[in-house]
Amino acid sequence: MDRVIPLDLARLTVRELNDFLHHRLPTGDAVRVEILNPNGMHNLAVGLDAPADIDILGHAGYFIAGMNKRANVTVHGNVGWSVAENFMSGTVRVKGCASECAGASGHGGLLVIEEDASSRCGISMKGSDIVVGGSVGHMSAFMAQAGTLVVCGDAGGSLGDSLYEAMIYVGGKIHSLGADAQEEPMTATDVARVTDLLTRAGITRDPKSFKRVASKRSLYHWHADAGQEY
Amino acid sequence: MCGIVGFLAKKPEFIQSLGEHVVPMLTCMGDRGPDSAGLAVFGEPVESSLRRFSLYAPDRRFDWSTFEQQLAARIGGQIELSALENHAVLVGSVEPVRLKAWLTEAHPSLHLLSTGRAIDIYKDEGHPSEIAQRYHFTQFSGTHAVGHTRMATESAVSPAHAHPFTAGEDFCLVHNGSLSNPYSVRRKLEKKGIRFETDNDTEAACRFLEWRMSEGDQLEAAIQKGFEELDGFFTLLMATADKLILVRDPFACKPAVAVETDEYVAISSEYRALAHLPGVKNARIFEPVPEQIYSWTVSSRST
Repeated sequence: MDRVIPLDLARLTVRELNDFLHHRLPTGDAVRVEILNPNGMHNLAVGLDAPADIDILGHAGYFIAGMNKRANVTVHGNVGWSVAENFMSGTVRVKGCASECAGASGHGGLLVIEEDASSRCGISMKGSDIVVGGSVGHMSAFMAQAGTLVVCGDAGGSLGDSLYEAMIYVGGKIHSLGADAQEEPMTATDVARVTDLLTRAGITRDPKSFKRVASKRSLYHWHADAGQEY
Repeated sequence: MCGIVGFLAKKPEFIQSLGEHVVPMLTCMGDRGPDSAGLAVFGEPVESSLRRFSLYAPDRRFDWSTFEQQLAARIGGQIELSALENHAVLVGSVEPVRLKAWLTEAHPSLHLLSTGRAIDIYKDEGHPSEIAQRYHFTQFSGTHAVGHTRMATESAVSPAHAHPFTAGEDFCLVHNGSLSNPYSVRRKLEKKGIRFETDNDTEAACRFLEWRMSEGDQLEAAIQKGFEELDGFFTLLMATADKLILVRDPFACKPAVAVETDEYVAISSEYRALAHLPGVKNARIFEPVPEQIYSWTVSSRST
């Protein structure tokens, strides 16, 4: 059985909490940390580099689990802006909704938003995977370079604007595609990729019902005769 | 960066305790705006022949009792003045135009912060927690309130540059963000004879919307025109005598979060400013989407 360490933010500062998670987590046994009374506070469980399970019991603020490495962080509530920004590995799961810029610039690992994510979800992602159980807001996966964004619900306007090599899969409606993003046929490889991510996210959906959005690659090189008409 | 807060009470006990709910919101958002703060509170409107005026004196030792005597001698009619440090609320049968003319002549240092039948405004320089304490915000009751904590980015830090801004009667606005075309908006309005009191960008938005309403638009229609006219980043929270209204710019560059229960509506820049509210943890919390007008109406109004 896991050893559970409760850390109560009614008594600890955010700095003390993160200091414990960085330097004083017991090694060896499986460790589970419960963070109590988050009350929308920012920067909880940022910069972790340990194979620990962290449960945040309640709504949390900005930058939760930013730069995460190896840890599995679960938020039992909503989060504010930039959850799991620049994360490297591990899993970050939000049981509720996420505000803007979820998973921004993430290099690796899996981010699961069980309900909706707001605008700019997966902006500039660099190799991480993001699964959103609900819908995402406008400008999601803007300039996304590598990795996968799976949206089970609808996508807001300008999806995948200036997209590089990241792949987007949308189960619902796409409000509009951004510059240089295009819908493409689903291949067997895409279905396998969506199946794998949905399974890991614990979400049941028919992977064949998703649409694939990828880059047209027409913005990769500057064309003198394009005359700014992209 | 700035912080905005708004609260609308749906039940009598929340009208009574409005200040107790709003002060922790404002104080928390002091992290986003520590240089000045303000609060507009709307209560039961005075009868239609009367007006409420919020006044601000730059000098904290301003002699309000002499002011009241002068006002009674010069303007006459029914006058009631309650002063708290350098703020005073005047209720009287005086016409707003007449009061403004007299203030300009007799007390040019005073600022008229608001005019209407339901609105009172307090705003000043300093940390929001100090300002809330200085003017006893926790004791305020009312149907709804709009507050702001400012971190100035585009014009001076002064009581006059603090939010909320007002224009016309019973209308106020707070803003998180920055407009990129306030001067062109201002030039258009000045040609129509509309006078500005500061060089603040938010004042341009406030006066633009009030101008549209004075031209016959409902606030919602005025805001639609505002989306076309105002360029820049904005989360705007507005209030009239019986409404609280929230909008975000087309890119949703500045944050907002709202919660609605059977007892109240509360709005803030960040959830942590709402975390103390009763029942909030299990309430419907949502993030307003860009360019949509969110409006809540006071239901308990008896007149």
